[in-house]
Amino acid sequence: MNKDDVKSIVLDIIRDIAPDEDLSALKHEVRLRDQLTLDSMDFLDIVMELRKQHGIEVPEIDYPQLASLESCGEYLLPKFKAKGK
Amino acid sequence: MATLPRIVITGVGLTAPNGNTLAEFRANLLAGQARIAEIDVRHMGKHPAGVCDFDATRWQKRKEIRNGTRVGSISIYCSREAVVNSGLDWEKIDKSRVGVYLGITEHGNVETENEIWNISQFNNDTKYWTHHHNPRTVANNAAGEVTMNMGITGPHYTIGAACAAGNAGLIQAAQMLQLNEVDLALAGGVSESIHTFGIFAGFKNQGALASHTDPAKASRPFDKNRNGIVISEGGAIYTLERLDDALARGANIIAEIAGWCINSDATDAVLPNPDRQAECVRKALERAKMKPSDVHIISTHATATSMGDIQECIALRTVFADCPRTKINNTKSYIGHCMGAAGALELAGNLPSFQDGIVHPTINVEDLDPECAIPGLVINQPVSMGSVDTILNNSFGMLGINSVLIVKKYGIA
Repeated sequence: MNKDDVKSIVLDIIRDIAPDEDLSALKHEVRLRDQLTLDSMDFLDIVMELRKQHGIEVPEIDYPQLASLESCGEYLLPKFKAKGK
Repeated sequence: MATLPRIVITGVGLTAPNGNTLAEFRANLLAGQARIAEIDVRHMGKHPAGVCDFDATRWQKRKEIRNGTRVGSISIYCSREAVVNSGLDWEKIDKSRVGVYLGITEHGNVETENEIWNISQFNNDTKYWTHHHNPRTVANNAAGEVTMNMGITGPHYTIGAACAAGNAGLIQAAQMLQLNEVDLALAGGVSESIHTFGIFAGFKNQGALASHTDPAKASRPFDKNRNGIVISEGGAIYTLERLDDALARGANIIAEIAGWCINSDATDAVLPNPDRQAECVRKALERAKMKPSDVHIISTHATATSMGDIQECIALRTVFADCPRTKINNTKSYIGHCMGAAGALELAGNLPSFQDGIVHPTINVEDLDPECAIPGLVINQPVSMGSVDTILNNSFGMLGINSVLIVKKYGIA
């Protein structure tokens, strides 16, 4: 698994929780909230789906690490690897 | 007491198991077209139920639908459609003067059952319990979702009134308009009850859940072989205005609210009390300044339980003993029991009779129960009355809540 795989997983989750959004031109370095209509409940959905689908825990103090697709990849990759993925 | 403003209905939005507009609903009632499906109820297998097929994406984004509730979607669809039907210029309406008053039988069962099932897949660890649970299950959810979708900043709340709730929502709205708390009300009743197995199991263990090899024949009020309730979802929401406001904007006035009453049996949690029901009807007539013979159509509440239908018939026989012109019907025979939406939907189904003069029948009566053989009962075939000026709408619920709403054709003295 590499960073792109992790980004792809996060994108799949976002696709589910924000089905009206066009994700085709998403800029990886830009904050998700600056590109999409996402509120705090949506970010909690991302955290919940990482937990339910992949057993990944994101402590509240680390929520800012999920700001952009790029930061999601960097922050979550070690967690996925720790799971043996 | 000062004369209170007259209140009128100027728009209708609805979804019923057999129609997503009043025109479609009415056409199916006149055609004797029931639409009851068989659904798979969690833990319980197949049961007849009334399922609505409106397009929620007509008025909601997919994310709204995902984050909200089924009853929220029903409420938004009906509210939006009511506003369209009313001819109001929604963009110009002062949203701080709009109130939303929706009757509900219950709320929160669906989401709670879903989450209990969800965490059961995770060893009942509550860290998997959704953070959406509280906004989805607060009692004002249905009305609150309407305000968020439509940008309404006036008051909103639901009226918990068991299966008397549809009328209760309308009564609350009429009162708030008379008190000048709002200038426009969106009001009626809604239900998502088919999505909770608890309601099915509760009725089944009470001996009050309908079954039939043909789902369309499962809901059979007044029939000797009726065996209980067909649970359904649905909604009917109206725009209500003060008469002067409606006239000033040249609105199409569908009906005038003539009178109402809500009272309590104070006797039994589930067995209705015909004395209190009769009293409720009489008080509604008194408020409407009508005598029983002034009522042209009685829309019954009868749910097809063995005792409930008989109790209502006792009440009606008492009040309408000498009213040869009065016709009596029932709409649950087509759509099942839409719970919090029942009273509001059943009223809607009858409203077009002000234009066409026709009374739709109660269907599925193959062997009329002699104890339900009340004079004026319209069975299996529509009856033309020539003209219909008044409708009395019964809606009763558990814990002995009774609601009666009387509407009349506008322009009738």
